[in-house]
Amino acid sequence: MTPGGAPEELRPPPAPDAPPAGRTVVPAAGGARGLVRVAAPELARRAQIERTRGRLVLAAGGFSVLFAAVGVKLTLATLVDPAQPRLRAAPTVPAGEPPVARAPITDRNGEVLAVSLRVMELYANPQEISDPVAAADRLLTVLPNLDRERLIERLTKRNVPGTDRPVEFAYIVRNLTPRQMLAVNNLGQPGFHFRPAERRFFPQGASAAHIIGQVDVDGNGIAGVEKAFDERLRTDRAPLRLSIDIRVQVALREAVQAAIADFNGIGGAGVIMDVHTAEVLAMVSLPDYDPSDPMSLVRRPQQPARRGGTDTDPTFNRATVGVYEPGSTFKLFTTAMALDYGTVNLWGGYDASRPIRYGRFTISDFRGKNRWLAVPEIVAYSSNIASAHMAVAVGPQRHREFMARMGMLQRLQVELPETARPLAPSAQGWRDINTMTIGFGHGISVTPLHVVNGVAALANGGILRQPTLVAQPPGAEREGVRVISERTSETMRRLMRLVVTEGSGRSAEVPGYFVGGKTGTAQKVGPRGGYLQDKRIAAFVGAFPMNAPRYAFYIMVDEPKPNARSHGYATAGWVAAPAAGAVIRRVAPILGLVPETERVPLIQQVLAIPLQPPRPPRQPAAPPAAQPRAASAPPPARPPAGAARAEPPPGQMPLPQRAVEPPALRRTEAPAGLRLATAPAEGAAHAPR
Amino acid sequence: MAVSRADTSVLGRWWWTVDRWTLAALLVLIGFGYVMMLAASPAVAERVIGSAARGLLFVKQVVFLGLAAALMVAVSLLSPRDVRRLAVLGCLGALALTAATLAIGFETKGARRWLALPLLGTMQPSEFLKPCFAVVTAWMLAEGKASQALALGGGRQGLLAHPGRFLWPTAALLLLGVIALILKAQPDFGMLMVVVAVCLAQFFVAGLNIVAVGIVGAAGAALAVAAYHVLPHVRSRVDRFLDPAAGDTYQITRSLEAFGHGGLFGRGPGEGRVKNVLPDAHADFVFAVAGEEFGFIVCAVILALFAFIVVRGLIRLLAETDLFVVLAATGLLAQFGLQAFVNMASSLHLIPTKGMTLPFVSYGGSSVLAIALGMGMLLALTRRRPNRAELGA
Repeated sequence: MTPGGAPEELRPPPAPDAPPAGRTVVPAAGGARGLVRVAAPELARRAQIERTRGRLVLAAGGFSVLFAAVGVKLTLATLVDPAQPRLRAAPTVPAGEPPVARAPITDRNGEVLAVSLRVMELYANPQEISDPVAAADRLLTVLPNLDRERLIERLTKRNVPGTDRPVEFAYIVRNLTPRQMLAVNNLGQPGFHFRPAERRFFPQGASAAHIIGQVDVDGNGIAGVEKAFDERLRTDRAPLRLSIDIRVQVALREAVQAAIADFNGIGGAGVIMDVHTAEVLAMVSLPDYDPSDPMSLVRRPQQPARRGGTDTDPTFNRATVGVYEPGSTFKLFTTAMALDYGTVNLWGGYDASRPIRYGRFTISDFRGKNRWLAVPEIVAYSSNIASAHMAVAVGPQRHREFMARMGMLQRLQVELPETARPLAPSAQGWRDINTMTIGFGHGISVTPLHVVNGVAALANGGILRQPTLVAQPPGAEREGVRVISERTSETMRRLMRLVVTEGSGRSAEVPGYFVGGKTGTAQKVGPRGGYLQDKRIAAFVGAFPMNAPRYAFYIMVDEPKPNARSHGYATAGWVAAPAAGAVIRRVAPILGLVPETERVPLIQQVLAIPLQPPRPPRQPAAPPAAQPRAASAPPPARPPAGAARAEPPPGQMPLPQRAVEPPALRRTEAPAGLRLATAPAEGAAHAPR
Repeated sequence: MAVSRADTSVLGRWWWTVDRWTLAALLVLIGFGYVMMLAASPAVAERVIGSAARGLLFVKQVVFLGLAAALMVAVSLLSPRDVRRLAVLGCLGALALTAATLAIGFETKGARRWLALPLLGTMQPSEFLKPCFAVVTAWMLAEGKASQALALGGGRQGLLAHPGRFLWPTAALLLLGVIALILKAQPDFGMLMVVVAVCLAQFFVAGLNIVAVGIVGAAGAALAVAAYHVLPHVRSRVDRFLDPAAGDTYQITRSLEAFGHGGLFGRGPGEGRVKNVLPDAHADFVFAVAGEEFGFIVCAVILALFAFIVVRGLIRLLAETDLFVVLAATGLLAQFGLQAFVNMASSLHLIPTKGMTLPFVSYGGSSVLAIALGMGMLLALTRRRPNRAELGA
């Protein structure tokens, strides 16, 4: 302490055992001098204080330890071993694919056909809205399309009707654009909330509506591939690649649409299929609808329901659900069956001079030749009478077996929920008359896909495969069932080609693509079972190019009306065959097939088959063009005479030997598949020696 | 502050006698309380109340913190005798109100701890019981010790002489028993634990026989084991503490992530992310929010402030001769320090989680005011007095 009275705060703090400030120093108890007496209670009090001080030091030490422990743990938690926070992704922009649950669907080239996108749903919590009318009016300023009355009603309803349960969720809009969402947000109105959802979009519109199908508002597949692969699309996020080629699909749809428009039909269908893999490249059914805009189905003007209402229903898939009498297209199967069973050979034939009467039925020909017809003629001229004979010659039991083998009696297994079972006589009910009518395609109803799938088997060497809508890996060999021999298949290719070169399908010809096929006109069956006058199905089924078939096709127009260009006819040759030609003209280049220009005569010569049996003597070749009219005068039946008449042009018989490697069409991806020419000299086998 | 030494006004004398270091530390803590409210309340307010009331929570707490600082200073102006009177009155009043919660309190999260009062809003009277009871206990123990000193030093001998030496501590224990019963009925085991622990600390500092200390310690351990086996929620918490994989450790995991996310310097004010998903971020886990946004350094400063107040306060009591002052200050400091320790240690996974507020920093009106009351009393008791011995008599 400095003299002169230093300020108090400069005094050092008292020692722990120092006497309290301001008190005289008291000697410790029992001091030597004992000059100052200290009362005993005071001594006891001091002893207490001493003890307390010891305890205080312990307490301070204890707290020091506790806080030191916290400090150590704090150091550990922040610096030495910091826990890595698993933060929500909010601060970063999520990269890559938007998180949607349902996988996209693409065509075989990866073009998106169906995709789920993230959208925002707007909903209201009525509990948080004090003035529903004001809130509704504010919302209407940014979403003017909403119905005011309904909106107010939704915002007002606070309880579930009849209960005390509060309503905390009321949909307002199921998908908002980001701009709308921002506008609603900017209202700052409490009680409106957003939540993420996803919506299915179909960028190709109506083009493949029936294949892709549809999803409901909650994103569950309810039709088409969306339904058939619902589980797959939910669980596997990888795109589902279909066999469809959207370019072909669009071209096919336009061609069918044009044919319907030309002949004022009520609908139509078309299928294009790879004959080797049975992949469906395109499949249309018209009328159709835009799956992105399902409400268009509701807005559609109500038409009077006709015959069950499927005829004009845009959601009705004619290609897989529509069962129609195939008509003359079935003669291909009858011919293939008869040739394969050997009940007739190529130069055999049947008498078509008289209609067949069987009970109350009469089978006659449309513009018939009224004479004996050879097999090529039967196909080319589409004779009902001869086809019936040909089928009967095989017999009802074998006929039914063959039809079953061709898949014509069962529901087609394709990756769509919408399939139909064919209408055909039962095993017991299949009699001679059924065999006769089914021989030319009546008395049985199958779907267009049945027909084209069967024709693909006739053209591809005789293997029937299940049609598929899923893209197959390139080069994969799909399992199939042999239904006819390779040789019969080759003959069928020539016969189909003959229909286009000489028969009813001439307007399907596209130079350079060697189209082959068969027309088919069938009367529609009315609701009471009888045939309807002037209600027809005009179809054309076939394949191309016939020297090495790649694609089978089917075109159908429902209820075509005759027009001026068709000279009053509304049969398949006038309606479906030109449409088929238009399709092939457009689609073949898309599929990478380049029209043959230089070797046309050569290939045609290899493919050609005379309408009538060739006769000896063999003579040098003549121009093929001279051949067709030979049939104008019907030759006599095969066994007897008549050899004097109408010698077929020389060089047509027997079937040309393969002198040169038949030129394959140039194409982008030539398969090592069927080649007509791989059966050297086999064609001659059909010719009678 | 320009206050003359010659200033003999109430404030002038207060300024020169109050423990300005502790006062400064307490005011800094209140400042942290403001900052942490800014950090933690928006996230919580949005979750709990809705975005419309984002500012409400904060404004309320700002008012409470201002009131707390004023209350603390006002109480620190009192003399030790006034503090004792205030404490006795406060203890009786708070006890009555706490008992009243059982009848007229409203229930939150399964416990009746709160009273809805006109003007004041909601309050938790047991918070105010804590500091008042500590002071009352100190008074009773000091009286008992005074009687004991007389008996030891004394003229009259015998067991019945100076019965105060037994009666006063017994009265303190009885009061503790009553409070324990009420708190158990609410139930509020956290509060009960603090009250009992503070009371025991006071007995300990008052010079409880070392054998008795051992017995009490053993009894406490036995009680803890019994609680583990009898009370399922205690067991679940301890199990989750010992083996984090055993159950739901969402809160403590998030808390440690918050500290880890913060690191040395923190993410910066308002940059915390874990706090948005951390339950109770504004109250029991405010320390974790501090860790995330301001980092190790600020957390260490907060920890150091608490340690400074408690340890320095206890050490300073060594110079004190008035037993009542020593015991009262010990009780108040122990309560303050224990609460801070339990809070910080809980959020750092050092002990099983026990909901307890971090004094001044956590959100909560009653808590902040009660702590301010207690710290005001502490400041009042530890003011330098010219002749302490006389005052203590």
